[in-house]
Amino acid sequence: MTAQTPGSPSPSEFGISLFGRRRFIAGAAGATGAAAVLAACGSDDDGGASSPATDAAGDDPPATEPSGDVGSTTFGSNYSDEKPRAGMAAAIEATGVATEINTIDHNSYQENFNTYVQQPDDVLAWFAGYRMRAFAAKGVVGDISDVWADLDQSEGFKNASTGRDGKQYFVPFYFYAWGVHYRKSLFEEKGYEIPTDWAGFIALCEQMEADGITPISAANDGGWPQMGMFDMINMRTNGYDFHVSLMGGSESWTDDRVKQVFTNWMDLLPFYQPDANGREWQAAANSLGAKETGMYLIGNFLTSNFDAETQQDIIDDIDFFPFPEIDPAYGQDAIEAPIDGFMMAASPANEDGAKALLRGLGSADAINAYIAVDPSVVAAANGADTASYNALQQKASDLVGSAKFISQFLDRDTDPAFASEVVGKAIADFLSDPGSIDGLLATVEEQKATFTFE
Amino acid sequence: MSASLRAESELMAAPRKGRRRRSTALTKSDKIWLSLMVGIPATIHILLVWIPALATVVLSFMEWDNLLPIGEAQPVGFRNYWVIFTIFDTNLFPAMFNNFMLVAFLFVCSAVGMLFAYLLDKNIRGSAIYQSIYYFPVVLSLAVVGFIWKSTMFSRDSGLLNTLWPGGRIDFVGDSTKVFQFDLPFLDFPLGLSRNFAALLLAMAWRHIGYVMVLYLAGLKAVDPGLREASAIDGANEVQTFRNVVFPSLKPINVVVAVITVIEALRAYDIVAALNEQRGTEVMGTIVTNALVGEGGGRVGIGSAYGVVLLLLCLAFIIWYVTNHYREGEKA
Repeated sequence: MTAQTPGSPSPSEFGISLFGRRRFIAGAAGATGAAAVLAACGSDDDGGASSPATDAAGDDPPATEPSGDVGSTTFGSNYSDEKPRAGMAAAIEATGVATEINTIDHNSYQENFNTYVQQPDDVLAWFAGYRMRAFAAKGVVGDISDVWADLDQSEGFKNASTGRDGKQYFVPFYFYAWGVHYRKSLFEEKGYEIPTDWAGFIALCEQMEADGITPISAANDGGWPQMGMFDMINMRTNGYDFHVSLMGGSESWTDDRVKQVFTNWMDLLPFYQPDANGREWQAAANSLGAKETGMYLIGNFLTSNFDAETQQDIIDDIDFFPFPEIDPAYGQDAIEAPIDGFMMAASPANEDGAKALLRGLGSADAINAYIAVDPSVVAAANGADTASYNALQQKASDLVGSAKFISQFLDRDTDPAFASEVVGKAIADFLSDPGSIDGLLATVEEQKATFTFE
Repeated sequence: MSASLRAESELMAAPRKGRRRRSTALTKSDKIWLSLMVGIPATIHILLVWIPALATVVLSFMEWDNLLPIGEAQPVGFRNYWVIFTIFDTNLFPAMFNNFMLVAFLFVCSAVGMLFAYLLDKNIRGSAIYQSIYYFPVVLSLAVVGFIWKSTMFSRDSGLLNTLWPGGRIDFVGDSTKVFQFDLPFLDFPLGLSRNFAALLLAMAWRHIGYVMVLYLAGLKAVDPGLREASAIDGANEVQTFRNVVFPSLKPINVVVAVITVIEALRAYDIVAALNEQRGTEVMGTIVTNALVGEGGGRVGIGSAYGVVLLLLCLAFIIWYVTNHYREGEKA
């Protein structure tokens, strides 16, 4: 069962890669197998509930380091591609905790997580944000607040690891950042300045248009790319706290503050590449690469669209800036940076071992070992070795390290079904008919009532 | 003249073939073999099709997040149905409408496929080449057809259709504005055919026409040429011959094609999923899957309710087909 709900890519799927592109045709094609089964008269009952293939991707031998007195533990890993898998093995070895790694194909792992988490390994790979908080609230993962006492990670990461009850359930490992990407050479050539506020941003768009450049690259195929725009305008207009409570289901979508987000968005729409809904993010990236468009709000994985051998000049030419300020009360204090990391089982077989492993994985040593193998991500831990970073990684690291708030992305900060089935559709409808926004928001609010937000 | 007579006598003889005397004298081993050959497939069918289907029906009256044990599932009566028919009506009715559009459209494609088969059956020069060309898409799964059309034909920035089109660029994939629409009294939004779904119909036609064509080609080969000759001699023109002689003798193929067409239309999923389920292209298959599958996709009750609606649509067709089929059988 690999039928894929459209969703934003995970850092473990894309990094800030300089090493060629990774494509997901294979994953998408895999959906057809499930399709044949599911579509036949729709009589399947509980799609995706088949047990996770714990035997799927082999058994790495336990790390051989002496484990002190914490005993050995188990780790459920979705780091299934070749490099991430080797990197994870190196990171675990660096922690010095004897660990049996169960690697599962990352698509199956995520699709079957609901079932897997009922009888998980001691430590399990997962994502920060609502996706973590929902499981924490249901009591299927363990409180690791005491582990956080020993971690050296910034406040933003701690906030992103905290459940609704104020306890920590998550240890960040790495991330990528979302920002407005542009080509440095284009900005130099035309003398564009990096805008820091909304008026400056609009003015820059107008200037680009006058220069015959489409100001904003826009894609929305799959329904997730424009969620990033919604998040950024929302956090700049209403602040991070509103983002969290809106995503948590406790604010009304017919509220004037939500309406204001779309009103601000409408200021930008005239500068969009036309027909965003059908465009894949890669096509929009190509427009930016060809300097047909000026700016592109997307994750740092943008560079993975360009071929490292033939388009290295484009990769080196790409830089990004944080989304400009709208309300001075919130400035640019929030940044969108999906984080991958780890949780602990609710009742691990070896709790001391699990916590020792989590402490180790949250440290600079583990992520250094990982990045030595797979240098396409940005470390969450303070004190990680940043010498090998390229300019984009360095910037993402600085911006996120100093950010007051780190959001995870719309489909990671709320119920994933609500994100893709309700909000994503409303955004797509808004893009094709911006005037219909009142009705769309009323529909979102009505449909929101059928979701139980944890 | 003799050919015509022979054909007539064969026509007269045809019904008699159906009435074969039934032998009831089965030996013991015959009975064992029969019960095995019927019993094993029936058991597998019940286990893998009907028990899950019944479970779906049961689950559609429950609320379950697919995370807590199944024992925690709460019965909620008809609430899931109320939710999908009133709150997610913006999903359900457009999806059902698209499925009905598919049924209608694929029947048109089937007619075109039959026409192609009829023309190619005339042994025109190069007919094998045409056959291969039309048949080629059938070897591809609809998901692959979707990928091909999305990237090479429909793409707004680099697709073939946009390159050839003389006017402005068209977003075949994402444009959900309606080609036509109408209001229904119980809905507060209009139903209609989206442009992107119309484009998707074209891609499906590309495959379906070839598929149907091959079925009819096989059927046409089995039509006795003497019949046509006879009707030609009796002074029937091409259209009359087709309508009164060839088409009726294709009846078994017509039934097969009708079944295939309806099933293809109702089970449509893969091509829509391959195009990322754009707004305006939703079909029952995709909304069922979306509610059930995927991480955190724990809306088992609602997804099952969608599934039951689709099951009922399929059952309605199957019941209609089976009763019709048997009634025809009795007449003969």
